Amino acid sequence: MTNQVARGKSTMDYEKLVQSEDFKGLVKRKQNFSRPYVVFFFAAYFLLPLLTGYTKILEKPAIGAMTWTWIYAFSMFVMVWIFTSIYMNKAKQFDIEVDKIIEKNVLK
Amino acid sequence: MSWISYVIFFAVIALTLYITYWAAQQTTTASDFYTAGGSLTGWQNGMAIAGDYLSAASFLGIAGAISLNGFDGFYYSIGWLTAYLVVLFLIAEPLRNLGKFTMADMIGARFGAKKVRGAAALNTITIVMFYMLAQLVGAGALIKLLFGIEYWIAVLIVGTMMLIYVLFGGMTATSWVQIVKAILLMLGTIIISFLVLMKFNFNFISMFETMKTATPHGEAFLHSGVVYTDTIGLISVLIALVLGTAGLPHILMRFFTVKDAKTARSSVIYSVWIIGIFYVLTIFLGFGAAKFVGADAIIAENAAGNMAAPMLAGVLGGDALESFVAAVAFATILAVVAGLVLSGASAIAHDIYGQIFKNGNVTEKQQVNAARWASIAIGVFSILLALGSEKLNVAFLVSLAFCVAASANVPTILLTIYWKRFNTTGAVASMLTGLIVALVLVAISPSVMNPVEGATLITGNPIFPYANPAIVSVPAGFLAAVIGTLVSSKRHEKDEVSYAEVRFKAETGYKELDL
Repeated sequence: MTNQVARGKSTMDYEKLVQSEDFKGLVKRKQNFSRPYVVFFFAAYFLLPLLTGYTKILEKPAIGAMTWTWIYAFSMFVMVWIFTSIYMNKAKQFDIEVDKIIEKNVLK
Repeated sequence: MSWISYVIFFAVIALTLYITYWAAQQTTTASDFYTAGGSLTGWQNGMAIAGDYLSAASFLGIAGAISLNGFDGFYYSIGWLTAYLVVLFLIAEPLRNLGKFTMADMIGARFGAKKVRGAAALNTITIVMFYMLAQLVGAGALIKLLFGIEYWIAVLIVGTMMLIYVLFGGMTATSWVQIVKAILLMLGTIIISFLVLMKFNFNFISMFETMKTATPHGEAFLHSGVVYTDTIGLISVLIALVLGTAGLPHILMRFFTVKDAKTARSSVIYSVWIIGIFYVLTIFLGFGAAKFVGADAIIAENAAGNMAAPMLAGVLGGDALESFVAAVAFATILAVVAGLVLSGASAIAHDIYGQIFKNGNVTEKQQVNAARWASIAIGVFSILLALGSEKLNVAFLVSLAFCVAASANVPTILLTIYWKRFNTTGAVASMLTGLIVALVLVAISPSVMNPVEGATLITGNPIFPYANPAIVSVPAGFLAAVIGTLVSSKRHEKDEVSYAEVRFKAETGYKELDL
């Protein structure tokens, strides 16, 4: 047995597969779902050093001696947990779509 | 050291050796050796990812950094956790769908040229060496502190242990050592955090009030800016932290130890919870050490603050807790270096020997043998480097590994999946440019050049102002990818797989029968 990655002997027409309405729809729905989250978490992440570096607004106390800097930091943790949960739930829907595409276009 | 310290310490080591013995009996094929036969479940792999990720830098480093620098130390926790969103949303599933054993496999699934695989393997080995050097130097210091033995003996002990795990147990042993270590690490951290919170009468808010006056920094301890006085420098560090994870070969390799992309995804979820909770608890470790050990005592033991967590355990729980925490820190380092040796060995044995020199025509037995020899080579080489690196700063080495990963690997990984026009020239240009720019800028940065004689490797004014060059080297990696792709004479080389095929496989996980 060899471990070479199979290439060049494909009998599948991938060009046709990626042009199929099912697949294009899947990719589009995946991107439309992911994009806002990716933009949001990067923005939230890099806004923190901008706010702490160029302003003092996060240095005000929020709860007792805990400043807004810490509240912001903890919110990032909560964001990560929420986004991963949302992703998990959504990905299950995409799994079903993928199975259908494989069944319809590949295993026919 | 009392007798109880020895008992606890050797109990932890005996446990990990038993795991290796058990795993050795199940490791026969190359797939067993590299990826535990893809047999781990979601939670097991999630724990192992956490075990792999929470290295000496996380446990010893962040606790020390928070205790000495307050909020600025916590940036590491934020960055290293948010990094998992990058991994989950952009990389985990396509990577699992396209690859087999290594990161280079995934890039090689689109670009078959040997130079692409060679560049990816070179990056893997470079990152692994820096990362491993950091862990070995840290482990040497820890053992030296605990048992009072010479640094070089300590490094030899750690080096021998890591080779035993990898050579005999492969990925199965390494994974289970990581799982056990993750459990012990969480247990130790939760106990310390509980004791710290108890000292503050379980009042989280009053803890912050106390910290205002508990350190030499005063109120600034609770604000950003104790160390990161320059915002651009801070952003540069944060870029390396958030993107670097997605390019770390030993973390990416963990996605091949499960059977499919669904399991890879669920393992990310488990690891995000474990890692996230751990990073929240670093606040208690850091604040507790600052308040109950004190900055002076921490710095006296280790200038970078690396011994803050074990010292805090000693103050709160006596000898028994201190040695438990030290044993956990030791297991932490062993688990991480074992994972690193494996990913470095896979780059040498699978990518360079198997795919480049032998065109993939190697038997299972040759594969596993080559991987074992490569492990020994990587292990011995890193031990030799570590013996001469006692004075190097551990955190600096780890941040360098993250920066190289973010600059040299991440652009190529992302563009391989998502950019249709990307080609062989672009991939090679990006990987090499990212690597070289990162290394050169670090070599002329304040981490290496310092006007004070003896403080760093070179005496003199730094040419590049930021300790972490990610803000320049990451864009350089992306830019080189675009320029390399657009200026190359051949639009696509003959051994490239069509983007349609890559895209379809990445999205669906579909695999043709590998005959």
